[in-house]
Amino acid sequence: MSPIAFFVVAALAVASALGVVLNRNPVHGACALVAHLFLLAVFFVGLDAQLVGVLQVIVYAGAVVVLFLFVIMLLNLQADVRSMVGAPLVFAAAACVGALVTLILGGLREPGAAAGTALAQGYGETQELARVLFTRYALPFELTSLLLLVAIVGAVALARKRG
Amino acid sequence: MELAIVAAKALFILLLILQVMALGVFFERKVSALIQDRIGANRASILGFAGLGIINTLVADPVKFLLKEDIVPAGADRVLHFLAPCLAVIPLLVTFSVVPFGDVLVIGERVINLQAAELNAGLLYVLAMASLGVYGVIIAGWASNNRWSLMGGVRGSAQMISYEIAMGLALVGVVLTWETLDLQAIVRAQGELLWGWIPAWGILYQPLGFVIFAVAGIAESKRIPFDLPESESELVSGYFTEYSGSKHLMFMMADFVEVVLVAVLVTTLFFGGWQVPWLARDGFHLPWGGSVLLPSIAVAALQVTSFALKLVFFTWLQIVVRWTLPRFRYDQLMKLGWKGLLPLALVNVVLTALAILLWGERVA
Repeated sequence: MSPIAFFVVAALAVASALGVVLNRNPVHGACALVAHLFLLAVFFVGLDAQLVGVLQVIVYAGAVVVLFLFVIMLLNLQADVRSMVGAPLVFAAAACVGALVTLILGGLREPGAAAGTALAQGYGETQELARVLFTRYALPFELTSLLLLVAIVGAVALARKRG
Repeated sequence: MELAIVAAKALFILLLILQVMALGVFFERKVSALIQDRIGANRASILGFAGLGIINTLVADPVKFLLKEDIVPAGADRVLHFLAPCLAVIPLLVTFSVVPFGDVLVIGERVINLQAAELNAGLLYVLAMASLGVYGVIIAGWASNNRWSLMGGVRGSAQMISYEIAMGLALVGVVLTWETLDLQAIVRAQGELLWGWIPAWGILYQPLGFVIFAVAGIAESKRIPFDLPESESELVSGYFTEYSGSKHLMFMMADFVEVVLVAVLVTTLFFGGWQVPWLARDGFHLPWGGSVLLPSIAVAALQVTSFALKLVFFTWLQIVVRWTLPRFRYDQLMKLGWKGLLPLALVNVVLTALAILLWGERVA
């Protein structure tokens, strides 16, 4: 990814992320979220991780946010909305963001293995990713699917009419 | 030079798709008339020859739409109302960049792969972009400030999400069979011969997968029998009730491009894409002996023609399906998607995996 392309996409990504937080209208916020997730996928592709980028679009932009929008429309949320956030929550949120930024900056200061090393053969391709996923990370992968299954069963159990 | 070639390939596939789409519109006019025993577009002939009428209607229709007044209803969200038709069309049009429309074209030293973008995860890219098409529907429904539109938008998003799952699972069988997500590699693999004479097209390995994919595909394109987001008799015109002029044209275009997209995927994954039986890179090699050698350009031309003809056929088939079947009820639609196609697609995945495990790769 050329520096110019990176900064253009990065500026757009930050703008759309701000759009998610600052928009009063929930539908506009959700649309900004889609744009942001799509731009993140562009970053992944720029980092030679085509598959992750495509999956990002399928899962987040193509499915998750559609459900957000769906629920917003079903509930017919209006633009305004009272502020439900008191001062303690704002402080907590600020602290979380601060901690996250510190962590990321700390990670950047470490000269990681990624810096300056050539990419392995087939890096970011489907076959490589699948190999790692089903050998080295097989257990976490299967456990994640179990977790998702539990969540689905839980949602169905909650949604069933009582009595 | 490289850039020019890529641009030329992209332009070629785009124009090809738009031509097939235009033919689809013509089928919609004339084939529907044939099915319902009426004349249809009766100014669609030039000099008494109905075939030429393709040009006539296809030019007249868009011009009519473009010249109409563009009305934005009061209380509509102007920005999103404007964005929705773009969101409906653009993601669909970019999917075609990874679709191979021929094998290779050899010009002098240069070997050109007839595919605009060579993407390792090509099939997933198509699914990803197609899944973005739902935003056009849902945002149009919401931004119009109209209850019919909203109903259509909500129905549309629920339907598209439901059938996307069955569609994706049907493709898992295809990916298991060909062991790749690259569409060009999938089509090339379908050039092999079974027992020395049957072209190994995907439908032979994945008949169930084909049926599931075709049904889910038609449902994704929101046409009868799955046209509940639009259903004229209940919702006026569903999510794009409040659109006029060129924006309405864009929604209609999105509809037809989606039909062509389903035709493209069915052709590429199940019917050999650009493959012509027994045609290799250097000419025909007939199974009963004998071969006809052809120059590269003739082979490429034959392959592109084969691809285009298959596209036209499957577009025509979808139009016929549309004008033959009645509309589902909404609960029937959901039942078919979640209780019919989804378990069937899972069964298909398990069966395919079992077959590969037992008989090794790709043995019929």
